[in-house]
Amino acid sequence: MDFPEELKYTEEHEWVLVEDDVVSVGITDFAQDSLGDIVFVELPEVGARVEAGKAFGVVESVKAVSDIYSPVTGEVVEVNEELPDEPEVLNTSPYEDGWMVKIRYSEPEELDELLDAAAYRELIEEE
Amino acid sequence: MLKHSPLHEIHQSLGARMVEFGGWLMPVRYSGVIDEHLAVRNAAGLFDVSHMGEIEVKGADALDFLQDLTVNDVSLLQNGQVQYTAMCYPHGGTVDDLTLYRFDHDHFLLCVNAANIDKDFAWIEQARTDSGYVQVFCHNRSDEFAQLALQGPAAEGILSRLTQTQLDKIAYYHFHEGLVADVPMIISRTGYTGEDGFELYLAPDQVEPVWQALLEAGKPDGLLPAGLGARDTLRLEAGFALYGHELSPDISPLEARLGWIVKLDKGDFIGRAALARIKNQGPPRRLIGLQMTEAGVPRAGYAVFHRDRRIGHVTSGTLSPSLREGIALALIEHAPLLPGTDVYIEIRGRRVAAQVVKPPFFRS
Repeated sequence: MDFPEELKYTEEHEWVLVEDDVVSVGITDFAQDSLGDIVFVELPEVGARVEAGKAFGVVESVKAVSDIYSPVTGEVVEVNEELPDEPEVLNTSPYEDGWMVKIRYSEPEELDELLDAAAYRELIEEE
Repeated sequence: MLKHSPLHEIHQSLGARMVEFGGWLMPVRYSGVIDEHLAVRNAAGLFDVSHMGEIEVKGADALDFLQDLTVNDVSLLQNGQVQYTAMCYPHGGTVDDLTLYRFDHDHFLLCVNAANIDKDFAWIEQARTDSGYVQVFCHNRSDEFAQLALQGPAAEGILSRLTQTQLDKIAYYHFHEGLVADVPMIISRTGYTGEDGFELYLAPDQVEPVWQALLEAGKPDGLLPAGLGARDTLRLEAGFALYGHELSPDISPLEARLGWIVKLDKGDFIGRAALARIKNQGPPRRLIGLQMTEAGVPRAGYAVFHRDRRIGHVTSGTLSPSLREGIALALIEHAPLLPGTDVYIEIRGRRVAAQVVKPPFFRS
């Protein structure tokens, strides 16, 4: 299972790529593997306000529904419009084509709460 | 403590994701639910269903006792024939749905749901005590049977490579006793996927080589090991009830589109009076099929609306791997709705459009 070093992670299995004042968010390789075949994705609209720790979207596999939690507080500035039509991309390319939203964050200190790759790997080994 | 299938280590070596189901730790998927589902529809899938329970009923009064115990007409069965049936409570709710195997007039085997084995056996023993039949002997033989389900259009071809039994002589819902890969077993032309196929009952300590031989024999056809995830999406596409969803102590077979197994004219049986009353008055709820006409995945428990009125709830729902649309069975508390009627399913606070359809959702 793959956990790129340049990314940050949440305990709820989202990955976060920090670039200046915007973060890209998706679900981890572990999350997509746990869910299995992903068949439905619900994302917020551009301009939506999101709050750290609160659900902003939903991913559904054949068997399960899973909320996606925002790692930061801020405003959604871009949404991956391809995903609702091709949700299986989350299985095949969780870190690249499977990015979900970009959020302009307003509380930079929230980034300190995120896990690095080693800490996230440790977390999922415990699960 | 969760029970393990005799194939537990094989499942782990195949990389299966394991889940708790009915007190057992069972494989929910290997390569993926959709892959496995489509393999069963197009070629074949091999399921470990060793968690299912087997209860033997023997004795001179066995047939009469089973007539009392179950809702279908056991007297219609020939030796070597299988019957889909149910046991009901006196109020008409369902104890369990099951398949009933007739070996002889004094020898039957009931195949019951894993989660219900203890409850069913206690119920059967109670009924035996209450019935006054002297010559009835019931044994819970669940630990003595492993069970495999080989399902799909290629199932007969695959199985024929491993057995001398003439499979084309075994009609749907019939069984033979024979050898597969030199192992003695019950070979039953049954299943719960909507496809042709076989269910095999054999000794747990002999199941591993049979599993391996079947996987090997089926490789050229595209046979895949398949988990409980695919078993659930397949049975739902076929419109079959699952205990705990479409059937329960609170739901009678008449409400669950199973009126065809309730034989009110066969004489008295446990639950008959209540079921006759329900039938005469019209069941208060009915199970219907729904297909989404907007994007969304229906799930058990979601509310169903018709013209702004809440009319019931989804009992099972998923994204159909064959149709690529959301499908659901729903228990509706009002007059039956005709196929084609527009309804809404409330998904996370939003009403999403669906249409009433007559199951099965998919016919192969």
